[in-house]
Amino acid sequence: MKSSRLVFSRSMLVLGLVFLYVPILSMIVFSFNYSRLVTVWDAARSPTLRWYGELLHNGQILGAAWLSLRVAFISATCAVVLGTLAGMALARFGPFRGRTLLAGMTAAPLVMPEVITGLSLLLLFVALEHLIGWPHGAGPVTITLAHITFCMAYVTVVVQSRLTGFDESLEEAAMDLGARPLTVFLRVTLPLILPAIASGWLLSFTLSWDDLVITQFVAGPGSSTLPMVIFSKVRLGVTPDVNALATIMVLVVAIGIVASTVWMRRREQRRERDLQLAAASNQ
Amino acid sequence: MRLTRTSGRRLVAGIPTLWLLLLFLVPFLIVFRVSFSEVRLAIPPYTPLIAWHHGRPSLELHTSAYAFLFTDPLYISSYLYSLKVAAVSTLLCLLLGLPMAYAIARASDATRPVLLMLVVLPFWTSFLLRVYAWIGLLNTNGVINNVLLTLGIIHEPLVMMQTDFAVYIGIVYSYLPFMILPLYANLEKHDITLLEAAADLGAPPWRAFLRITLPLAVPGIVAGSLLVFIPAVGEYVIPTLLGRTDQLMIGRVLTDEFFENRDWPVASAVAILMLLLLVVPILLFQRYQRREVEAEAGETP
Repeated sequence: MKSSRLVFSRSMLVLGLVFLYVPILSMIVFSFNYSRLVTVWDAARSPTLRWYGELLHNGQILGAAWLSLRVAFISATCAVVLGTLAGMALARFGPFRGRTLLAGMTAAPLVMPEVITGLSLLLLFVALEHLIGWPHGAGPVTITLAHITFCMAYVTVVVQSRLTGFDESLEEAAMDLGARPLTVFLRVTLPLILPAIASGWLLSFTLSWDDLVITQFVAGPGSSTLPMVIFSKVRLGVTPDVNALATIMVLVVAIGIVASTVWMRRREQRRERDLQLAAASNQ
Repeated sequence: MRLTRTSGRRLVAGIPTLWLLLLFLVPFLIVFRVSFSEVRLAIPPYTPLIAWHHGRPSLELHTSAYAFLFTDPLYISSYLYSLKVAAVSTLLCLLLGLPMAYAIARASDATRPVLLMLVVLPFWTSFLLRVYAWIGLLNTNGVINNVLLTLGIIHEPLVMMQTDFAVYIGIVYSYLPFMILPLYANLEKHDITLLEAAADLGAPPWRAFLRITLPLAVPGIVAGSLLVFIPAVGEYVIPTLLGRTDQLMIGRVLTDEFFENRDWPVASAVAILMLLLLVVPILLFQRYQRREVEAEAGETP
């Protein structure tokens, strides 16, 4: 009875997962194809690492990847700091003046169409340069500022929901024992939200690394990030070296996600065990 | 001590607020303001807000950008087309995502994390590359056509690229995790005994689903649909790579207006009208987001 009820939803789940993975798998398969015609399998000379080799000698792609890497690293790190502050304020400070404003400004970027965010940020940078002479044109600096802004909204949500999942009693206990607010944060709150901060950083890094639309607006003529280079190649049609690049990126992400999920589950299990031990020893 | 605590708190809340004010709210005000100016050949390429005539300041507000949007039918049809594409894609996402989320929520404790990871994993890989992957599949000489031709199911290749169908596929494919996750978070909390009681009382599974699961799932459905619908209206990459060339979506129109025509006031007016269309869904989403976090806080023992 119970299993028959799930037949439909289970087959939809299988279908949906096939739908999610077939395009990625086809990209991976065709990255080993010798032919320049991406969708025609050249059985005589495939599989080959030809396109991976060409990728390594493509200075434009490597340069763009290096820029993207730096921007993503700095953006994720700054976004984590700002997002953690915002998440703390929203989860722990109760009602305060400006709370609605802060809550609204951290929720809106999650759904805001990127073309609007991109246009508005560029107009801001242009107006700022006109008014105070800074920033000097668009480039890596404006890209990073834009990325920090949309990434911090995601970090805020992750940190806030992690904090609301814990009650305040631990922090209050530390406070009652005379710990200063900074000590409480460093010794109690920070360890509690560390998994949220870690996943917030990874999420920000990925979002920054992937972003095309907002970046396109604020990048200026001189600097191209990796998604911008890929987009201009892809607009002209399918190219096999992009398949190779995609395969590398999918592999790196898959390994990273599996590893971090395992790490976080281990951590969580250890924490639960510690809590149980503590509860048992109190009885 | 008391003083340092309040000033510390002010700093913690103040820094992100200030950042978002400067880089999120003020930019919108600038877009609003630029939408009421006219193009000129200068840096910046729009007329200033205050003009000086004979040493006297006067406020310059032009509505020509908006007038332009309503005289050229291109803009209205792009808005309507974007709303249609977003609505259809959201519905398709829901039809596929709801049973998937249901199956994950009812999976065993051991398989559930694996299934969730499988759903989320594509989201972590490049969005652009995942859309690109569909070009190779949908092309006239692409994988799908090759397979169907070889199997003898079709005798001429199907035209799938640069159609509405390709855009629906692209949006459903890219946004599916955003639909499934809120749905899963909702369905997972349902009390299974309600369904068992319904079954004991003789209700067929489909009626138990319609009368119990579906009404309880409404908050998840609303959240997932908004997470898909709002960004889909302004989608740029998917229609540019997969979509029609004779009918543009509004995100593409805005970008072209800005980069090709270099008409900043019209681009800004396009953005403001898009925001007006989306203001109700965005407020709905914010309300949901707030309630979700508060509900989570209420659940903790």
